Amino acid sequence: MAEPVNGPVGNGAVPPADRVLELDDVTVRFGGVTALEDVSFHIDRGEILGLIGPNGAGKTTCFNILTGVYKPASGHVRFEGRDLSRMKRYQITKAGIARTFQNIRLFPEMTALENVMVGADAHHRTSVLGAMFHLPRYREEEQSGRARARELLDFLGIGDRANDAARNLPYGYQRRLEIARALATNPKLLCLDEPAAGFNPAEKVELMEVIRRIQREGYTVLLIEHDMDLVMGVTERIVVLDFGRKIAEGTPRAIRSDPRVIEAYLGVPEDAA
Amino acid sequence: MSGVRGAFGGLRQADDARIRGLASVGVRWRALPRPARIAICVAAVAALYLLPLWGSPPLINTPGTDFVDVLATRIAIFVLAAIGLNVVVGQAGLLDLGFVAFYAIGAYTVAVLSAEHGSVPFALAVPVAIAVAMSAGILLGTPTLRLRGDYLAIVTLGFGEIIRIVAVNTDWLGGPRGISNIPKPPNVGPLEFKLLDAKPYYWLALTAIIVVVVFVRRLERSRVGRAWTAIREDEDAAELMGVPTFKFKLWAFAIGAGVGALSGSLYAGRVGFINPGNFPFTLSVLFLAAVVLGGAGNLAGVILGGVVIAYLPERFRGFEDKRFLVFGIALVVMMIFRPQGLIPNRRVAAEMHHAEDNLELANVPGGDLHEPVEGSDDRHDRG
Repeated sequence: MAEPVNGPVGNGAVPPADRVLELDDVTVRFGGVTALEDVSFHIDRGEILGLIGPNGAGKTTCFNILTGVYKPASGHVRFEGRDLSRMKRYQITKAGIARTFQNIRLFPEMTALENVMVGADAHHRTSVLGAMFHLPRYREEEQSGRARARELLDFLGIGDRANDAARNLPYGYQRRLEIARALATNPKLLCLDEPAAGFNPAEKVELMEVIRRIQREGYTVLLIEHDMDLVMGVTERIVVLDFGRKIAEGTPRAIRSDPRVIEAYLGVPEDAA
Repeated sequence: MSGVRGAFGGLRQADDARIRGLASVGVRWRALPRPARIAICVAAVAALYLLPLWGSPPLINTPGTDFVDVLATRIAIFVLAAIGLNVVVGQAGLLDLGFVAFYAIGAYTVAVLSAEHGSVPFALAVPVAIAVAMSAGILLGTPTLRLRGDYLAIVTLGFGEIIRIVAVNTDWLGGPRGISNIPKPPNVGPLEFKLLDAKPYYWLALTAIIVVVVFVRRLERSRVGRAWTAIREDEDAAELMGVPTFKFKLWAFAIGAGVGALSGSLYAGRVGFINPGNFPFTLSVLFLAAVVLGGAGNLAGVILGGVVIAYLPERFRGFEDKRFLVFGIALVVMMIFRPQGLIPNRRVAAEMHHAEDNLELANVPGGDLHEPVEGSDDRHDRG
């Protein structure tokens, strides 16, 4: 926690208090396979951090550690100074980490609005009795949740289909609906797992704009992405994983010219450009 | 895997065809002004209350048995149980194959308190029965709701049998001879609960159904109902979106158990005599059939399902020994023509605004670059 911040870093060294999330020598094993080995990095409040790496590098595992789906074999994950390893998954969401999924996992039969309201419900306290007797808190939460959900749908530009079942929405809408649902939980850290998967170039540009707008609203974003243009275009800092280890960390410019990264991931540089 | 996908694709298509048929009814209903809708509801409820005064209505009467008695002793009881089971199966998506256990707990609690080991009045024994069943639901659910799908079904199936076998083998519960002389519900004003006149029992059960429907409907349209639907559709995603899934599954189980017990205790009050033979496994299956046939997850659907399941065997009494054969054939035929239930679940809100757009979208293959997504199919791949 108390590491000095007077290094020669230059680009926005932030005091540790403003670190939203810290991974400390995290190791994850599945049977004999080591999916992550001694991975450490941190996310500062208000930044967009990119997490990249070739297939099987451990990006999604990393994500699953953050959101409590897996527990690390050793090492610590601290979120605003709290250790995540003892928290249940829904408690982690309540504490302020929200995510989207690589392969869309909306609630298909619910409407777009209801999907987002499920996210907003994360902080609600109405339970069975409140709902049965329409107690004041129920009315209040129902109203504010609905208003918040509408606001978020509009924010992401999908408010026109708020009352459609999620499964009937076009693909691009579904991807954005996932982001809206995650934002509804009021996260301090928003984790996007390959949000551009399956998008055409025009849609990717639009998505980049959406992510920037989310950051401007004050959210901190962790972005896993395959698409180099998107990562390079939108992030301020990038962490590169390969075979479960962190092999590089730095600005997009530095990453682009890092020989280890080129070797492990970018392969032919023309592809990236 | 491709076979599985194909099957799901087929269901989707059937689904979409059905939405089209239903959209018109739903849209028309919603297009009515609110006072008109309320008036229709009030009229329907009034008609239901007046139904037994008709005596033996043509066409829908039951040959060989008293129609009002069928209404009070079978149909109302089945509808109530189906509403309870629907909370568990239709709303939260937890397959319960032993629902008769809670029904039996309700009936036995009333019988024990008011006849076998005490003289608690019926009106007091019923809430106790509900509380006991809810506790039993929580007790059973706490260890087992961590299981999913098939495993939960097997555990609940076992629980249903355990309750029945315990009743057979426990002298304190009357053993195989059961418990008799269960008191009738208390008289309310001019309403007297006597053995032969089934009307008051029907009115009592109908009132219970209406109260339960109001509560269940309110739950459905709240955070609780959203949590249940989210759990049913993708439990992991629900948990990651901040839904305390275990807590809400337990609630679904407890509420279902409570409604089941209410149904069981009304049954005990009506017939005045119960024994373990009244609570066979097949009753669990019939309750489940009512939910699935009616349209799991849709309240109006499961009510209709309960009516059909309870009514058909009585209607076919004329066929004597073969009446269950006819009943079975009727069920099979209905499931062929309505695989998702008589009144399928949800989509109501979706139909409101965009019914037409959606249908066009769904019906033009490749007509839109962004086909309605395969995302949910991918989930099946993940196992």
